[in-house]
Formats: sequence, C-alpha cells, structure tokens
Amino acid sequence: MDARIGIRNTKSMLFKGLIVFLAFVITLPLIIVLLYIIKQGVMQVNWHFLTHVPAPEGEKGGGIANALVGSVIIVGQSSVLAIPIGILAGIYLSENPGTKLAYYTGLCVDVLQGVPSIVVGIVVYFWLVKPLGFSAASGSIALTIMMLPIVIRATEHTLLLLPPSLKEAALSLGVPYHRVILKVIVPCGFAGILSGIILSIARIIGETAPLLFTALGNNYLSFAVTKPMESLPHIIFTYATSPYDDQHDLAWGASFILLMFVLFLNIVTKLITRKWNIQL
Amino acid sequence: MKTIKSLKLAIAAIAGICITLSASAQDNTLLGAGSTFVYPLFSKIFAEYGKTHDVKVNYQSIGSGGGILQLTNKTVDFGGSDAPLNADQAKKIGVPVLHIPMASGAVVVTYNIPGVTTALNLTGKDIADIYLGKLTNWNSPQIAGTNKGVKLPDLPIVVVHRSEGSGTSYIFTDFLTKVNPDWASKVGKASAVNWPAGLGGKGSEGVAGLVKQTPGAIGYVELIYALQNKMLYAHIQNKSGKFITPSLASTTLASNVELPANAEVSLTNTDNPAGYPISSFTWALIYKEQKYNDRSAAKAKMVLELLWYNIHEGQKNCEPLNYAPLSKSAVKVAEKILKSATYDGKPIL
Amino acid sequence: MSMSPSDTSNKKKPKKDTVANATVDGTIAGKEQMTLMKNKRLDLSYVQMKWETVFRRILIVMSVIMLIVVAGILATLIVQSWPSIKSLGIGYLWGKVWDPVNNVYGAFPFLIGTLLTSFTALIISVPFSYAISIYLGEYNTKGWLSNLLKNTIELIAAVPSIIYGFWALFVLVPIVRSFEMKIGVAPYGVGVCSASLVLAVMIIPYAASLGTSLIRMVPSPLKEGAYALGATRFEVIRSVILPYTRSGLFAGILLSLGRALGETMAVTVLIGNTSAIANSFKEVFFGPGNTMASVIANEFAEADHPVYLSALIELGLVLFFVTVIINLIGKRIITRYTHH
Repeated sequence: MDARIGIRNTKSMLFKGLIVFLAFVITLPLIIVLLYIIKQGVMQVNWHFLTHVPAPEGEKGGGIANALVGSVIIVGQSSVLAIPIGILAGIYLSENPGTKLAYYTGLCVDVLQGVPSIVVGIVVYFWLVKPLGFSAASGSIALTIMMLPIVIRATEHTLLLLPPSLKEAALSLGVPYHRVILKVIVPCGFAGILSGIILSIARIIGETAPLLFTALGNNYLSFAVTKPMESLPHIIFTYATSPYDDQHDLAWGASFILLMFVLFLNIVTKLITRKWNIQL
Repeated sequence: MKTIKSLKLAIAAIAGICITLSASAQDNTLLGAGSTFVYPLFSKIFAEYGKTHDVKVNYQSIGSGGGILQLTNKTVDFGGSDAPLNADQAKKIGVPVLHIPMASGAVVVTYNIPGVTTALNLTGKDIADIYLGKLTNWNSPQIAGTNKGVKLPDLPIVVVHRSEGSGTSYIFTDFLTKVNPDWASKVGKASAVNWPAGLGGKGSEGVAGLVKQTPGAIGYVELIYALQNKMLYAHIQNKSGKFITPSLASTTLASNVELPANAEVSLTNTDNPAGYPISSFTWALIYKEQKYNDRSAAKAKMVLELLWYNIHEGQKNCEPLNYAPLSKSAVKVAEKILKSATYDGKPIL
Repeated sequence: MSMSPSDTSNKKKPKKDTVANATVDGTIAGKEQMTLMKNKRLDLSYVQMKWETVFRRILIVMSVIMLIVVAGILATLIVQSWPSIKSLGIGYLWGKVWDPVNNVYGAFPFLIGTLLTSFTALIISVPFSYAISIYLGEYNTKGWLSNLLKNTIELIAAVPSIIYGFWALFVLVPIVRSFEMKIGVAPYGVGVCSASLVLAVMIIPYAASLGTSLIRMVPSPLKEGAYALGATRFEVIRSVILPYTRSGLFAGILLSLGRALGETMAVTVLIGNTSAIANSFKEVFFGPGNTMASVIANEFAEADHPVYLSALIELGLVLFFVTVIINLIGKRIITRYTHH
C-alpha cells in the first residue's frame, strides 16, 4: 500500500518535472531569439538610419525611411477602411444573432481568418494590380482583408459581453436605435473594440506575402498611394536574402523597428484589456 | 463619448493626410522591373540620374521572367531582361517590343570549397555534369584532371541555381546547351528550366548568399556579385580550348560583335580566342508604340530620355561595376532602336 | 420601421405649408407657433427614424461586404485557375514533375513539401505547447512567474513571420548545416528541416496560449472531486483534465496546422526552392523542397504562360480549401467547447 502511494507520488513528481522542464526549455530559446534580433538591430538604428533611403547596391550607408513611411501609409489606409467596416459588421453580428445573414457573415469571417496571406495577395493582384498597376493602395486593400476578421470578431465578442439591460434602458427612454448603439453600446465596449483594432494592426503590419504582388517595393521615399511603395516587412525580405553585409544590417535594423512596433502594440493591448478586465 | 470623438478625429486625420499626400505627389516616377543581373548597374545609374534630373526611377529586381511578364501586363514602364523575348512571349505581347542593349556582363561560376583559395579551371562538360547531378563530389577525377596542383577535398557538391525565371539562368543554360549535347537534350535553354539537381536561391542575391553560406556549394551569378562578396570564381574553357578569367576585358572581347538591327544576339561560347564564353548583353524592353493605357506623351518621353542617358552618360558607371560598356557600334544601333519608338505613330526622340 | 424616401418627402410638405402660413399671417401667432413646434418635433423624429433606417441598412451592407469579399476571392481563384483545371484535370494533384519550360505541371512535390513541413512542425511543437499549457493552466496559474511566462509567450506569438525567417537564415541554418555535415548528408542547411523547425517555433506560442486558456476552463469541482478521492496531481491531469479538454486541445492542433500550412514568408526564405523530389527520405527531409505557398511566392510574378499562371493559382485554390476547412473545423470545436 505504502509502496504504491510512493510510486504514484514519484510518478506525479516526475511528470511535473518533465512539464516544467519542457515548458522552460522551449521558452528560453524563444526569448533568446527575441534578444538576438534586438541586439543585432539596435546597433543599426540611429537618426541617419531613420531618415535616409537605402544606398545603391554595394555602397555604404543608407536607411529605411522609405519603408518606415510606406508601412505607416499602407497600414494607415487599411485601418481607415477596415475599422469602420469591421466595427459596423461586428455590431450587426452581435445585434442580430440567429439571422441567416449573420450566420453567413460569421462563416465568412471564419473563412477569411483561415485564408493564407499569399492567396489574398494573388487575388488582389487580379482585382487591382492587373487593371491599374502596382500601387500602395492595392497593398492596403489586401491588408484590409486580413484585418477585417479580427476587428469584426473583437467588436462582436465585446458587445455580446455587455449586459442587455444597458441597451434596454436606453431604448426605453426613447433614444433612437442608432444613437443607442453609437452613443451607449459602442462607448461601453470601447476598450474591447480598441484592443481588437490595435491587435489587428499589430498582426498586419508584419505581413509580407500580401504586399509582394501589390505594393511591390520602392527604392525611394514615396507618398503616392497610386504608385509602388516600400514597406518594413518587404524590405526585410528583400535584404535578408541579399549577399551584401550592408543590406543585412539594414534588414536587422528594419526587423528591430518592426519588432518594437509589434511588441509595443501588443503591450498596449494587454494594458487596455487588463484595465477594463476584458477577455478577448 | 470623448474617446469616440477622438477616434473619429484620428480617422479623419489619417484619411486627410492620405488624400493630401497622394494629391501632392507629382508623377515624376518611372517603374521598371526585371533582371537582377543588371540591378547593381541600374541602381547606380538611376541614382546618378536622379541627382541631375527630376525623375525617380524605381527598379525592382524580380527576375527577367517577371520583367517580361509585367511588361506584358503593362504594369511597368520598362522591363529589364538578359534574354530576348522568345517566340511564345512575343506572341503573347502581340505588339512590337524594342530591345535596347544596356551593357554586357559575364556570368561567373562561383563556389565555396573550404581549403581551396585559387581559381579552378572548369570545362563546359564539368559544369554540365555537375548541374545534371552526375558529378556529386569535389574530389572527382574529372575535375582534378584540369586542376593539377589543387587539393580538392572529399566534399559533396551542393548545386545552387536560381529559383525563379532569370536571364542569368538563360545565359548560363544557353552556354551549356551550346557546349554539351547531353545538357541540350535533357534540359535545354530557358530562363527557368527543370533543374535536375540542387537548390534554388531567389535572385542573384539569393544564389550568392547561399553559395557564400554553404561549404561545397557551386552557383552562377553575375561577376559583380562575386566580386563584391569576395567570392572565388572559376576560369571557364572557351571554344578555342583556353581557360579564360572572367573580367571586363574578356567580356568586352566577347561582346565585340556586329550587332543586328534589332540587337537580339547571343554572345555565349564566343569565337574570340580570348573572349569569356558565358557573357551576354542585357536589354531594356519597352513597347515600340508608347501610347497605351492612357499614358501621357510626357511619360513616354521620360522613359526614352532615361534610356538615352543609359546608353550615353550612364555607360561611365559600367566599368567601376565590372560591366562591359557598349561598343561604339552598339551605341549606334541602340540609338537607332530608341529613335524608332513612337507615340501615337509619331517618333518621340 | 422601414420608410421609403418618398414617405419622408411627403411628410415634409405640410411643414413647409405651416411655415408659409406663419409668415404670411402673423396675427394668429400663438396657435400657429404651437403647431410649428409640434411639427418641428415631429419632423425631428422623422429625421431620427430615417437615420435609424439608414443605420440599419448600413449595418446590413457592411455584413454583406464580407460575403462579397469571400465570394469574390473564391470566384477569382476558380476563374483564374480554370484553364489549368480544364487542361490538366485531377491528375494535376499527383503529377510528380513541375517543369514550366515544357509546360508540365504536377503539384505533388509541393503537396509533399507542405505536408512534410507542417506535420513535422506539428510533431515537434505538440510536446512543448502541451507542456506550457499544462504548466500555466494547472501547475502555476497565478503569481509573477506565471504571468511573466504567459505574457512572454503571447508576445513571442506576435512576432512577424518574416523576422523569424530572417533570424533562422542567419542563426538556425548554420546550426542545421553543421548537423547535416556530421550525419553525412549534403550540407544544404536550408531545406525542409530548417523550415519545419522555424514553423514549430512559430506555432508553439500560438498553440500554448490557446491551450492554457482551455485548461484553465476546466471546472474546479471536477478536479477537487478527483483530489478528494486521493488522486495525485499527475492522475488528475491524466484522467480529468486531459479527457475534459481533449476536443479543445485537438482543435488547437488543427488551428496550428492551418497556420503552418498557409505560412509563406519564413518558409520561402528557408525551404530551398526546388521542385524536384529527392529519392530517399533522408534527402527529402534534409534537402531543399518547396511548399505550395512558397512556390506561389517565388514564381507568381513571372509565370508567363497562361497554363503556368493558372496552375499556380490552382495551388492557391487547393491551399485555400485545405486551410479554410481545417480552420472552420477547429473553430467549430472550440466554440462548442467554450459553450458547454
């Protein structure tokens, strides 16, 4: 009897040891990966790096101003499109559960979440690039498609968590429906929606595949959204595979900036969700 | 309430910025895409051109195959290619396309063998056998035969080729097809072939990167990539049986041929006894009729002026980057081709 | 609720009349002003109702946009891949040769490459992601160490894939290469092995954070009951927690698989881009290959033959169906799990 308890306890201890070992043995290398990228990148970043465009191949110096500006513009445009559409579609889903349209829309959102990013890229190529040429705008459309499902789901889930009494009280006071939604429901769920938006931006800002055949790339600083534009992930892809050490350095620097962007946005989301105690 | 308002404001501000930015941007940009072979030269020339002219030329090195396809789809202003259009491609485009020679360059066979620091002598057959997967180890007697005194290690050969359609591949396979009947029957020449062995690197950069990283690797890249990366490259046996060092001089010798009026000519396996056998012209491709997709006459003129600059002032950038500049007669031919370009039926230059 | 524009314009007319009356005949101002105000309020509510209708319509339009986008994607893929479906038929899927020069297209090498990388990554990742899930979900659910680990895992999950690819090219590939030299295969470095390792690194954090929240959902009365019967921790995990979360964790694996299948950039950088299939398994695993996503990324911009292009898009179509179906199944299981 005692011996069996002993065996069972040892088994339990061994199992715990194994779990702890596996959990930490994989987390440590993952952290080392992050630190390595930060270490390689932080040495490259300085004012010159942020304000200059890449030098011609084989020449020293240069920076990633074109990619930085390009990423901000492309992602900015995607947000302008995806945020209103996403929030409104999310409101529809949370307000009309059980209707046929809501079912199919929900299905489409799930489908979109599963579509590989490269497929979005080639589809947008046929929609916009083939008739109109490579442009930052077509890249933004591709990223919008990636961004929509996240914003919609975040909005829907947040609004479903709100107590129905909130809406009922407002409606019973005679407030019109759209004002109830826009001035009562959405502000109450604001934190959740906002964190969904930030999360979606963090997700798409690192997407390369949809931009390969849409925004293409640009060696110059460009503000024209109807023309090709460089972006941070694309410049990393181009320079990562190049044989020049200078260009590797640029790519490390760009990786660092992109990584900081993404980590910052994620931490902001964490702070928001913790403050308002939201489960996404 | 406040937060909603600020969100609205932020969205409006972003939208506003986007609109003003796109409105303020002038149309002084040209878009080119294609050959990675010519990319170092183009990026240098275009940077110089941008200093004296108010034109920004965005050239993306996506491979010659991509350059031709994007020109066909009319998504770029000009394409760059190291291979002239083949019959299929010409048929698909349907309208005349001008091939303007920009420079000539050498494709070198580069390798990374630990312990070997001298240039190897390779014959066309050696290279073909390696790329066919018949020679798989560096210590093979076939390679040792032409490399007396070099101690070749017992190391598997890692074959590296281009992963995408590429003019460099075209030049390389064109040479192998001419010198090796086995290669000609099994693989043939094209910008993208069904490689019997090895791994693909994306772009000349990718191939150079892979060779540099991988012990035992062999690859082929444009001379400039090998030089700038301080990689070793082989001496290649030419038609007269001599092993030729790829260089500016030996490339120039190979490119010194009578150009036909359309400038589409292959330079590989040259007859010149001191010429390097794997060299080629690289071309810029534009439509002969520049009025398509409601392009403005000004834009057409911009493209033509840029290419005019390339074959004249731009040529001074060739030698520092180890491209062979166009010969006088080649420039004459190129001028004639450029002058034949029209806008709405009228000559542009 | 619904009100057509003509209705509203009709209702507006009386108001204009009253305004006219009021200005023409100012003497009966008191009574008239009353009606005017009443009408104004009425009018305001008409405007409100109109807005309400417009708002509802906008909501519907926005949801319909989603339907259109998905239908559009599917239609584009099918239409564009039609030439290849027509000329190559179903044999396309197990054709072993991909040779654009001679117009021979077979997707088999890419199917193999995709399945091999994804499943290898999955097999590598499962023990680790389960361990993290169990550790954070059961052994150490609170406290600074748990929080730190959980937040770190979630941050790592957010790192863009291109950065993983770039890092792996310079750090992981040389390690794999020296390993390959030791075991005597061609030291390519890049290839299926490197790509699988990076995919594993990418899906571990994702699967782990999903698993953690699933395990934390196990009702404590179940566990307490087992403890009360004298079960050890290991026995509780084995006979209560794992059976309870089985379907959820399975869904987590499916979702990770969906991610791995569709992952493009990191794989494109690392896979080696070869369409030929090697002879032995060792060569396949350590040698270069290609996945469906990476071959599209590499060759799409230059596929100049119509059948070539549409063969590539057909790959996209296959990838679309596979990932979407896997994702939908995973999502459904998770939804059912979290609802009961």
